[in-house]
Amino acid sequence: MIGWITDLGERFLDFLHYAGGITVLTARTVFWTFMPPFKRRPILEQMVKVGIDSLPIVFLTCLFTGMVLALQSAYQMQKMEAKLYIASLVALSLTRELGPVLTALVVAGRVGASIAAELGTMKVTEQIDALETLATNPIKYLVVPRFIALFFMLPLLTIYGDIVGILGGYMIGVWRLNILSNLYWDMTWNPLKVKDIATGLIKSFAFAVVICIVACYEGMRVEGGAEGVGAATTKAVVISFILIIAADCLFTALFYFGFSF
Amino acid sequence: MIELINLCKAFDDNVVLDNVNLTINDGETVVIIGRSGTGKSVMLKHIIGLMRPDSGQVIIDGQDVTRLGGKELNELRLKFGMLFQGAALFDSLSVRDNVAFNLLEHRKMDDASIDKRVAECLSLVGLKGIEGLRPSELSGGMRKRVGLARAICMDPKIILYDEPTTGVDPIMADAVNDLIKDLQSKLKTTAIAVTHDMISAYKIADRIAMLYKGKIVEAGTPEQIRKTSNPIVKQFITGAASGPITEDS
Repeated sequence: MIGWITDLGERFLDFLHYAGGITVLTARTVFWTFMPPFKRRPILEQMVKVGIDSLPIVFLTCLFTGMVLALQSAYQMQKMEAKLYIASLVALSLTRELGPVLTALVVAGRVGASIAAELGTMKVTEQIDALETLATNPIKYLVVPRFIALFFMLPLLTIYGDIVGILGGYMIGVWRLNILSNLYWDMTWNPLKVKDIATGLIKSFAFAVVICIVACYEGMRVEGGAEGVGAATTKAVVISFILIIAADCLFTALFYFGFSF
Repeated sequence: MIELINLCKAFDDNVVLDNVNLTINDGETVVIIGRSGTGKSVMLKHIIGLMRPDSGQVIIDGQDVTRLGGKELNELRLKFGMLFQGAALFDSLSVRDNVAFNLLEHRKMDDASIDKRVAECLSLVGLKGIEGLRPSELSGGMRKRVGLARAICMDPKIILYDEPTTGVDPIMADAVNDLIKDLQSKLKTTAIAVTHDMISAYKIADRIAMLYKGKIVEAGTPEQIRKTSNPIVKQFITGAASGPITEDS
């Protein structure tokens, strides 16, 4: 019994330690984001890695999701003679929910893992210590460019994912379910409000912070060589996934109950 | 002058530095010897402010490193050069950008001046024409030399060497030792090296200090260390398996 309570207590302390570490890193990252020097090159390099290089995987994920959404809703809607509403359902589901979440999950898997592995390798090979001995703040040099890149590129990728997903739904709706093309577009855009897109984008800003901070935190505290790097990479992805889903739930509830979005 | 005063550091129950006292004079090369895992690198990291002690002081030119933070610590660090055990070159940068890292980050210099300085530093360590290569394209010995070139790029007053000859073949190790000696005579810097390679220690040191169980058990000139009567130091420098130093100590 005592052992069980001790174990629970230790886990709770670990959780507090982790939450504290994440909070401190977030605060320091925001602080260093606004501190000079401001260098464009490392940010642009990270924007290419985070954004441009993620375009193909976001394209495939969102295209297929849009197609599946159209097919699954057709299964129900056809019974009610309401297949015209497939377009609205696909558009709203993607912009409010699936677009931001799926894009964030894909980026967490691709970019978050890569950040954790890169920083973890730098940690175990003493490159982060070397940065400090060279009078350079590792957060300013390593975390801030990734933070800025993710903060701006993830919402852009989300918009791109929304458009591709809607296109996927269009392909099924028009080419397989025989909905008229202009009718499909009307039913896509008419019910879509700016607030639907805005809720998705607000979420994606939050997801960007989660992905960057978790990956950098895991990478920068790696211990124990290659095994540690592997473990940190896995942990970064798993924790990001959980936090993205949890944050999504929180934001959806907030928008629904708090702001009547 | 660098002074370590009553320096203590423990990781959980493992006491690594236990009231360490050591003075290193300007222009002197001191080599810290000791078994792997005795805290030699930890001591070096305290000197450059990468680690904070549990108690004690590290005084460099009148400033207590353990009390410095942020900008002041970074200003002090610009007086240092450090060669890491594995060189710790930045994989994502070319040799040129690695060597010129401090110049690119902390000095406003035009590209031509930077290129000239990089070429000078590389030539001091016996390398040339490799500015465009990536660290992954270099051999172990070349990585150490590039690490050394990076360490001396800002004309540091103090150079720290963490296991400078580990991981390179004996001929390259001797070349690295020659290089360190040569740099010391040319640049007149203060140097602290940690190693368990006695050939290297005898060759580069003005003074050798042995760290054992968290304490400096003996310090003296290479000649004094060679003739020591301390059984712990004697066992270490002769590499004898039997003696007061056991597997678990």
